[in-house]
Amino acid sequence: MADNLGMIAFFNVSKEYPRSGLALRDATFRLAKGEFAFLTGASGAGKSTILKLAYFDEAPTAGEVRVSGMTSGDMSRRDIARVRRRLGIVFQDFRLLDDRTAEANIAFALEVTGVRHDQIASRVNRVLNQVGLASKAKALPKELSGGEQQRVAIARALVNDPFVLIADEPTGNLDEKATRSVFQLLRDINAAGTAVLMATHNLDLVRRTDYRRIELDQGRIVSDTTPTREALPSA
Amino acid sequence: MRLTIRDAVLAVRKAPLLSALGVTTIGFSLFAFALFGLVALNIRKALEGVEERVEIRAFIVDNARVESVATAANEIARYNEVAKATVVTADEALERARRELGEFSDVFEAGVLPASIDIRLKPGFRDPRNVAAVASRVKTIEFVDDVRYGEEWIAQLYRLRNLAGVTSVVLGLAFAIVAVIIIGATIRMTVMARAREISIMKLVGATDGFIRRPFLLDGLVKGVLGGLLALAMSWAAAQVLERYLHFHAVFFDQRMIVFGLIGGALMGVLGSGYAVGRHLRQL
Repeated sequence: MADNLGMIAFFNVSKEYPRSGLALRDATFRLAKGEFAFLTGASGAGKSTILKLAYFDEAPTAGEVRVSGMTSGDMSRRDIARVRRRLGIVFQDFRLLDDRTAEANIAFALEVTGVRHDQIASRVNRVLNQVGLASKAKALPKELSGGEQQRVAIARALVNDPFVLIADEPTGNLDEKATRSVFQLLRDINAAGTAVLMATHNLDLVRRTDYRRIELDQGRIVSDTTPTREALPSA
Repeated sequence: MRLTIRDAVLAVRKAPLLSALGVTTIGFSLFAFALFGLVALNIRKALEGVEERVEIRAFIVDNARVESVATAANEIARYNEVAKATVVTADEALERARRELGEFSDVFEAGVLPASIDIRLKPGFRDPRNVAAVASRVKTIEFVDDVRYGEEWIAQLYRLRNLAGVTSVVLGLAFAIVAVIIIGATIRMTVMARAREISIMKLVGATDGFIRRPFLLDGLVKGVLGGLLALAMSWAAAQVLERYLHFHAVFFDQRMIVFGLIGGALMGVLGSGYAVGRHLRQL
């Protein structure tokens, strides 16, 4: 069990939806501690399904998902809540509360998990500094650019010190400059020891790095490779 | 708890109209329940008034000794079912008959009516079975000539009382269920308005209990406020009945009002728990 801590593992996982059919077929892979992996593939290939299974938003139809020592199938709703406190989850659409400031959005993640009130401000300030938004702490989401909003979302994901950051198309709504900046932030987070599992359409981004790539096609993992540095395009 | 209260207050501040609508809807659904309660209460009071008149009259033979009759009356008064046993002499019986018959008072002549022991029963013992049991016991007393208690009248009264009781319970439950459903639907609007917030709470690891708490508090407060509104409207309705229709309706006493408000709060909590639970199961 201790080996599983801080790790995501899929064992022959399939997911079938009653209306749309099989979304994932027999997927097996592990994400090690501190690793960075891309999930790539066309729309409907199964990237988001893998992420939803990883944060237990969905239960597998067959196979087993293990995250942080917990196994799908024998988890209560309370167990799921506990595991999610150890994950950071980021979405394409940011999912911020529009009527709360950047710092309140981040503090929200601490409040709902029962963190002591006197610890909240310092932890929020730490992650705001980490994502470079300390000066925008009091701004509402509508007063921030897309890139800044995504940084707030990342800060919220980081504030509980997750072992892995699960990112579903985090740059999908951003222009190129914001994409580069958000991606660099994710790399920095990974360099500091947090694993990252990121679904993306942006193949340019993928090709520029030597991170592991798990490619999906029609619900199947068709390749799982880590390119050598020599194979990377010159910057 | 601090967070629960803050979240509940924030929800009201963010959507004051929705909250006011919620309280009003709950108020009206509880008002319908309270009006039914008032009708049931008044029917019960009216039947209680009639029930109090249930009386067993044991007629005494002419030559019975006064001391023996008084002893028997004391003995009867000690029966578990009996509230009061009064000896009525022949003269008193005549006087009472004349008083009750008014203009026909002179049809009775002295010595026509026998003395009797009039027996009143305690509440809860005025049903046909208990009345008949006491009557037959009294009939075994040596100098008792006859026992009368309006057998058919009591049986009918008891049937009416049972019918009113069962109708009250069934209709009361139906009204309560309808009120819970309406309250649930009202709170569901609040839940839907905060669906995004709830989904984010789930994503960052909030437990169902944590998410549910502010909504339960919201339901509790709305239930109490709705209950107060319903109480005010019921009181106004009773005043209108009294002032314009000259019908003196019995209103809820303090204990009933407290129970009613607790009931409103419980319905608010139940409706809220149902609404938020349903939403959480869908996530």
